[in-house]
Amino acid sequence: MKDIVQVNNPYRDDKVIDACSLFGAMDISGRRFSGEGVIRAIANMHFRGNGLGGGFAIYGLYPEYAESYAFHIMYLSVDGRSRVEGFLKDQFELIYDEEVPTRPTPGIVDPPLVRRYFLEVGGHKHEEQSEDDYVVDRVMEINTRFEDAFVFSSGKDMAVFKGAGYPEEIAEYFCLEQYDGYLWTAHGRFPTNTPGWWGGAHPFCVLDWTVVHNGEISSYGINRRYLEQFGYHCTMQTDTEVVAYAVDLLMRKHRLPIEIVAKILAAPFWADIERRPSKEQKLLRTLRQVYSSLLLNGPFTVIIAHHGEMIGFTDRIRLRPLTVGVKADMLYLSSEESAIRLICPDLDRAWIPTGGEPIIGRLGRRCSPPSRGQVRC
Amino acid sequence: MAKHRIEANQVVRIDAGGVLHRELNARLRHAVANGTQRIQIHNVYGQRYIGTDLGKPVEIEILGTPGNDLGAFMDGPRIIVRGNAQDGCGNTMNEGEIVIYGHAGDIVGLSARGGKIFVREDAGYRAGIHMKEYGDKKPVLVIGGTAQDFLGEYMAGGILILLGLNLSERARHKANFVGTGMHGGVIYLGGGIEDHQLGKEVGVAELEEKDYHILQKFVGEFASHFGYDAREILERSFCKLFPRWLRPYGSLYAY
Repeated sequence: MKDIVQVNNPYRDDKVIDACSLFGAMDISGRRFSGEGVIRAIANMHFRGNGLGGGFAIYGLYPEYAESYAFHIMYLSVDGRSRVEGFLKDQFELIYDEEVPTRPTPGIVDPPLVRRYFLEVGGHKHEEQSEDDYVVDRVMEINTRFEDAFVFSSGKDMAVFKGAGYPEEIAEYFCLEQYDGYLWTAHGRFPTNTPGWWGGAHPFCVLDWTVVHNGEISSYGINRRYLEQFGYHCTMQTDTEVVAYAVDLLMRKHRLPIEIVAKILAAPFWADIERRPSKEQKLLRTLRQVYSSLLLNGPFTVIIAHHGEMIGFTDRIRLRPLTVGVKADMLYLSSEESAIRLICPDLDRAWIPTGGEPIIGRLGRRCSPPSRGQVRC
Repeated sequence: MAKHRIEANQVVRIDAGGVLHRELNARLRHAVANGTQRIQIHNVYGQRYIGTDLGKPVEIEILGTPGNDLGAFMDGPRIIVRGNAQDGCGNTMNEGEIVIYGHAGDIVGLSARGGKIFVREDAGYRAGIHMKEYGDKKPVLVIGGTAQDFLGEYMAGGILILLGLNLSERARHKANFVGTGMHGGVIYLGGGIEDHQLGKEVGVAELEEKDYHILQKFVGEFASHFGYDAREILERSFCKLFPRWLRPYGSLYAY
């Protein structure tokens, strides 16, 4: 048969190439708010994605079960569910479980079953092991050992909702306008060289750490091999997964502050380091040497969150966009300023951070723009 | 539509709230085809490509935050943005003018081949990347504040003016890799910059008589757009950045 593309579109330029959309909103006073605004904001960047992935992370979500680990698990088969539920009963105290409520949504096709479990570790762990470590091990065990089941959310008083579709469709499907949280992140996906499937949508999550990402992590292979030494196994077929495990390792286990973590993931160039004061040089050199395998290469913007903190930063030469907006106690991070203005037209300040510089929203601490001579309004 | 001919100086108001970019741009084409010369668009939240494919010297005032690729391939219109512009503003524009009262995002003026862009505040990464010129087609980009890294990257022509008005006395710009890969055009830079912040393809010189004429002209236009005193701006110290080689890779494949 004749290939009419040659006639109708000789340049084959009908494939729309775009980028992911990121959005984050946090009330630093801890006040919980509905997702209605965040959903409108991420939907406003509809054309950055292509409908192959959308998702949300919400913090302050399950106050009635705040002390339990909230597992969100997607099942691709009935067998997968029965095997994993048996495993959960053996390994945890099951406080409560239910199917995550959904509504029929045009555009959401062939969804997996998504259930949530509120779990406590109780006496199941070894004495010397922390509860968090125990949970991470069990998540890795389910995701690598059990077929057709993926734990995609495992923190306390927070959760991830995600799937294949546009983010506004995922929000409608999971009825997200009915939930409240003090910190929301959101993602619209444009998968480039990995499949668009339910598990591959963002955010990626381990414990209460979540990551949404725009870009391509070309260092995925070396990052993944390094993280495997610490028991993290990548199962979601997507580069972003390594960022979630890297921040869990660096921030939770190695107890490094985000200011230092940003210098590891988006390390300054050697030439920059040489111009810094000698004490700082020593620190930056040490970080680059010790954690060289966690340097993220390639273009990226990420929004990382955990309880009490939302952090946005880009690669050091900013090959992907990030805009910051502040209004009283609200901090917004977004791929595009227009999405912020849509839900908060009268921002106190809006600015574009420097590449590699983390923008940090912390409970109880206002985020302020950089000093004179940086991009702002 | 044709029977409602529009008075030449009548302002057509468009409410863009909830309107997708395809429809908004279709409405603009329609209005311009009907002879409209002034358009005011309200409630703009991220619609892309505003000003593209109009081909006439219409004036478009934007209230809100226009989306990426504002004025892409633009050929004649004048756009005024009462706010900030996002990424890719003036992409490959050929003729016309964009006046931004706030800041511009990344890659403002990329690949521009004509026309003028005035940004009152700062610009993001890679402002003026690969601007070019030919004959009397010479794009001009004037930035009132400072800019982030890779200003004038791969610049092949045109005039890029960075005023640094929001830098304090004797402060330097923070941008690195300025003019990396530059092989044409000129950058006039007000405010300090160190050698290590420049791409290795860039030379630094003092301004000559003819440079001052150029600077005077475009700083004058900048000042009149935003209500500054041009003389005050011109009293600041400027340097000129120029490409040291016009064909840096001319012998790359010649052994």
